[in-house]
Amino acid sequence: MANRDVVITGIGLVSSLGEGGAAHWDKLTTAGTAPVIDAERFQPYAIHPLPEIDWGLQIAKRGDQRQMETWQRLGTYTAGMALDDAGIKGNDELSATMDMVVAAGGGERDEAVDAGVLAASENRTDRDVLINEKLTTELRPTLFLAQLSNLLAGNISIVHKVTGSSRTFMGEEGAGVSAIETAAARIRSGQSTHVLVGGAFQTEHSDMLLGYELAGYLHRGPWKPVWQRQGSEGGGVVTGSGGAFLVLESRDHAEARGQKIYAELGPVLSGRARRRNGGLSANIAELLAKAELPEGELLAISGASGAHAATAAERSALDGNPAIAARALSSLTGHMKEAQFPFAVALAALAVDRGAGYPAFEAGERDFSGQPRNVLATAIGYHQFEGMALVSAPR
Amino acid sequence: MVNLKDHLGRPVVAVTGIGVVTSLGVGKADNWAALTSGKSGIHPITRFPTDLLNTRISGMVDYLPSSTKGASALTYELAETAALEAVEEAGFATDDFDGPLFLASPPVELDWRDRFTLYAGDDEGSASERLLKVARSQNSLDMFDTSQFGSIADRLADRFGTRGLPITTSTACASGATAIQLGVEAIRRGECDRALSVGADGSATAEALIRFSLLSALSTNNDVPEKASKPFSKDRDGFVLAEGSAALVLESLESALARGAEVLGILRGCGEKADDFHRTRSKPDGSPAIAAVKAALADAGLAEDEIDYVNAHGTSTPENDKMEHLSLSTVFGERIRKIPVSSNKSMIGHTLSAAGAIEAAFSLMTMREGVIPPTINYDNPDPSIELDVVPNVMRKAEVRTVLSNSFGFGGQNTCLVMAREPV
Repeated sequence: MANRDVVITGIGLVSSLGEGGAAHWDKLTTAGTAPVIDAERFQPYAIHPLPEIDWGLQIAKRGDQRQMETWQRLGTYTAGMALDDAGIKGNDELSATMDMVVAAGGGERDEAVDAGVLAASENRTDRDVLINEKLTTELRPTLFLAQLSNLLAGNISIVHKVTGSSRTFMGEEGAGVSAIETAAARIRSGQSTHVLVGGAFQTEHSDMLLGYELAGYLHRGPWKPVWQRQGSEGGGVVTGSGGAFLVLESRDHAEARGQKIYAELGPVLSGRARRRNGGLSANIAELLAKAELPEGELLAISGASGAHAATAAERSALDGNPAIAARALSSLTGHMKEAQFPFAVALAALAVDRGAGYPAFEAGERDFSGQPRNVLATAIGYHQFEGMALVSAPR
Repeated sequence: MVNLKDHLGRPVVAVTGIGVVTSLGVGKADNWAALTSGKSGIHPITRFPTDLLNTRISGMVDYLPSSTKGASALTYELAETAALEAVEEAGFATDDFDGPLFLASPPVELDWRDRFTLYAGDDEGSASERLLKVARSQNSLDMFDTSQFGSIADRLADRFGTRGLPITTSTACASGATAIQLGVEAIRRGECDRALSVGADGSATAEALIRFSLLSALSTNNDVPEKASKPFSKDRDGFVLAEGSAALVLESLESALARGAEVLGILRGCGEKADDFHRTRSKPDGSPAIAAVKAALADAGLAEDEIDYVNAHGTSTPENDKMEHLSLSTVFGERIRKIPVSSNKSMIGHTLSAAGAIEAAFSLMTMREGVIPPTINYDNPDPSIELDVVPNVMRKAEVRTVLSNSFGFGGQNTCLVMAREPV
């Protein structure tokens, strides 16, 4: 019987804190690391901006870089880091047989063109004709593809030669949950031997903020850490640009090629609570009950967004288990939407691999001083969909 | 006694419900009647003014209550309508399906009408500041939902009582096939006995049309709309943007037989292969499409000579039809001249995210009815594409197996193999 445990062999991370697993580990385990916040550009909203990135490190051709807007470039870059880390980048055979599931958003529109249409609309009643007039002449032909959801995966295929299969899931945090859940299920069933999975989010675009703010989800006023935003002005979410990609592999496949294993990916759980009925906290508790949590104290990397209702529900469910010491990663990175769950799983894997926990990311988070053999990762959507996974030390 | 497990020991996946909506009409009966009589659903655009547009025709679905209410509302209604037909046919409760949902739908962006409304709600600051300020003061859940990639699936999950977190997939023009593949794989893994796979696309907005136009992907044959989509013809000049939806209830054969459901067909195999050549063009040697076809055949446990009919991707673009011919002739060799290969898109246009699902539905009906829908508008054959395209008139034929191709922007290639009967 083949050993199809799912193991994590590659991690690619980018956030306002920097890039790479090691850099994130160093920053996040240094008590008192301050978040990188830009409170000016998108007032009254604070965001966590991208760090300076030398795109050429992972996307060699400038022509390729030009074919992507920032979000696709960020995802392609982060995916390259994960492939590098797993020793797959540049290995034609492994790349050509590698499957891929990308959690994607999209819609990085041309803000100048849009602003021009809106400005002109003040003096026009024939707005439909105005749209035709402006868009046929001002839209850059290649922009459509450069911001299209499935073209992040498309660019990963082109730049990194991952071509076994290519699937793109959409749906905010839930897409990240489903991507990892599906990738793991494929490996466990023998449908895949190695899978690239992850996502990216580039918040520095007004439409990306609008996607939250149409329902008033963004935090306003002075920045606060995740668990302390209840009752503050606005909806509680502070966004951040970032990406997270993982290489998942069957244990046999990883061992056969002698690849370092960070951690084992245990149960991956997903749900769709009927939140309008107030059932979210109970639903999260149900997922926790199915997560095969070990005895004793447990570190959890929470993807909590800060959104008031969802974050309170998660808090209440986690507080129901006094053994859990949660760390809200968004306090330091901001909310990265589709990348949120892959990011949380990656941080969990790093803790298991390093054999140490993270200090509290904000005051009030429970101490954790043990050597974690298991770490929980959660992503409770700011609006809909929930997921979690248990990451464990390799046996 | 039929086999409940396939050649690789996995559960055989049956289809027990089919629903479809296109510009030709709602439901299988109307669509099939139109399709087999060679009727085109392509017509002049009336949803928005076409001033200054190079393309003024489409296969939009203009007759539903949501047809004028924006891409999100229409995509939902298309998905719901097709899913309802499929779930009812399968005989499951339409509010308690209790299996997972896989939805192929287009990426969402806030409609222009909403942008205009937000913009008009304030008069200070830059355009983006105005939109954000008015957005948070209006706090409109309806508008918000149209900007969330997971909303349509969430609503469908509520409507049909599907199980768990629904998956919304986008693999460009292969999306519909991917949604089916995800359902097949979930059943094969034993995660469920049944799954609802839906492909829906109601996103033919002016901006979508302009975007494809700027890529020179669309036919500009405006004068005779019903003649514009002409796959495999020498004078083909692009695809025709269209809308539609299809839903399949997928079910393990074991479950279907146990409850006495009528088996409408078998989803025997799925294959995929990504192209790493270019964002819109295929690798010149066709190797990814060839690999996808071969992978689907291998997954189905069928040899090349066991395919009776090919439901082509057949978009009517110069590039696709040439590449599809190259890949088919590479896989099937000389025999490809004798295999009927037709394109539903000649009549319904290219329904983008829904295409793979709609064409799978029509492929299943082709086998059940013993009638192959034609490739219409085949008046001027491309001499370099030697295929039996079932020109212009439907053909009666015994069809036991079908290969259905879906190839999309971003190097997405997904092929499905279906069979009439279990073995």
